[in-house]
Amino acid sequence: MLKVIAWGFSLFSVVALAQGVTSPAPAATPDMSTPDGMIKAVVSEVMASVKADPEIQKGNIPRIVELVEKKIVPNTDMRRTTEMAMGVNWKKASAEQQTQLTQEFKTLLMRTYSGAISQLRDQTVQFKPLRAAPDDKEVIVRTVVLGRGDPVPLDYRLEKTATGWKVYDMNIMGVWLIEAYRNQFTNQISQNGIEGLIKFLQDRNKALAAGKAS
Amino acid sequence: MKTSLRRALLALVSSLLFACATIPPGTQPSEADPWEPMNRAVFAFNEVLDEYFLKPITSVYRFILPEIVRDGIYNVFGNYNDIYTALNNLLQGKPALAFNDFMRVMVNTIFGLGGLLDVATPAGLEKHKEDWGQTFGVWGIPAGPYVVLPFFGPSSVRDTFGTVADIKSDYLFTYVKDIGLRNSITALRVINARNTYYEAGSLLEGAAIDKYTFLRDSYIQRRAYQVNDGRTTDQEPLMPPYENPYE
Repeated sequence: MLKVIAWGFSLFSVVALAQGVTSPAPAATPDMSTPDGMIKAVVSEVMASVKADPEIQKGNIPRIVELVEKKIVPNTDMRRTTEMAMGVNWKKASAEQQTQLTQEFKTLLMRTYSGAISQLRDQTVQFKPLRAAPDDKEVIVRTVVLGRGDPVPLDYRLEKTATGWKVYDMNIMGVWLIEAYRNQFTNQISQNGIEGLIKFLQDRNKALAAGKAS
Repeated sequence: MKTSLRRALLALVSSLLFACATIPPGTQPSEADPWEPMNRAVFAFNEVLDEYFLKPITSVYRFILPEIVRDGIYNVFGNYNDIYTALNNLLQGKPALAFNDFMRVMVNTIFGLGGLLDVATPAGLEKHKEDWGQTFGVWGIPAGPYVVLPFFGPSSVRDTFGTVADIKSDYLFTYVKDIGLRNSITALRVINARNTYYEAGSLLEGAAIDKYTFLRDSYIQRRAYQVNDGRTTDQEPLMPPYENPYE
């Protein structure tokens, strides 16, 4: 069915960390020390910024990228994301290559999120109860994005670090991001090597920045 | 006329299959996708079809119809699909969910102007999506190898049978007598479906390193998740917990 392709495609129609407001009103100050508190805080902050900025609603991408860099990136661990997507190839990359890969992959993902944010309308986010023990180092925060169209399940996988909870993987409508990239990375590396993957990401990011799709 | 068109399409599909039944050199074989060469060929065909046919038509559709009308069309088909979601939930042994879906159809048909508005969701009746492929999955039938179907896109052996069952049981597709009317409804459904990911499509193009692999791996994950109704993320994660073995 075409619906099926639609699901695949709409993966990224859905906004990363940034859709909607938390339940009634951002009651009190959300607790940044808990994983769900952190997600709630970031989501409502980003949502408020989008609503307050007509430039963002008009689709001013550099402006959105700026917002994403400021509000979302500090709460992620993109190095871990990249490492997991790389799998066994991670160890084969030099320290410098690892840094480059992390940087380029981050840029690619954040640009995609920015594109999704520019399509934000009147979505709201519903939080599911957190199932985690107090001493857990890894948790999944589950949310559902409600808006026009069908509800979209959106989950975040977080790890506890010395500098607080960090998001390193997301599940959009049942698809884990890292898992969706793993084979793509493996194929690109076996075709063109790690340098080839870095170059691919650099070229793609340049093309996207210049306003072309690929 | 119609047969000759069909023949031409068939010839096009089969020549594509033979012409480019290869995979890019260096691609790692995937266990879930033993028929990758053929699948890639069909995928390429679908891409061309989308680029030169479906996408242009959809952009005209978006140009002509205001958003409120498109939303109405989306809701009407959504309401209609809820009937089949209810049916499939029943077949999957989930009568409570089936009842929820049935109530959605009643509420939206009566209070939502025949389905133009989705008033059931704000009223607390959650929307689900169930199809025959998921029902077969709940019955314990494994997905089998990944398959890309011409026109329909990503699928699996199980979901191909699911799609056939979806079509066979679909009233608008199978039982509407007037062929002209039936074809018009089908065309509108297809355009409506394409329209739902119109903006997302270009984002995906930008994000994909290899679109074929990206869609395949996403599809496989998503269908497993749907068959389990998302429970896997509840109890045991779809992926085993990471132990950071690569650093």
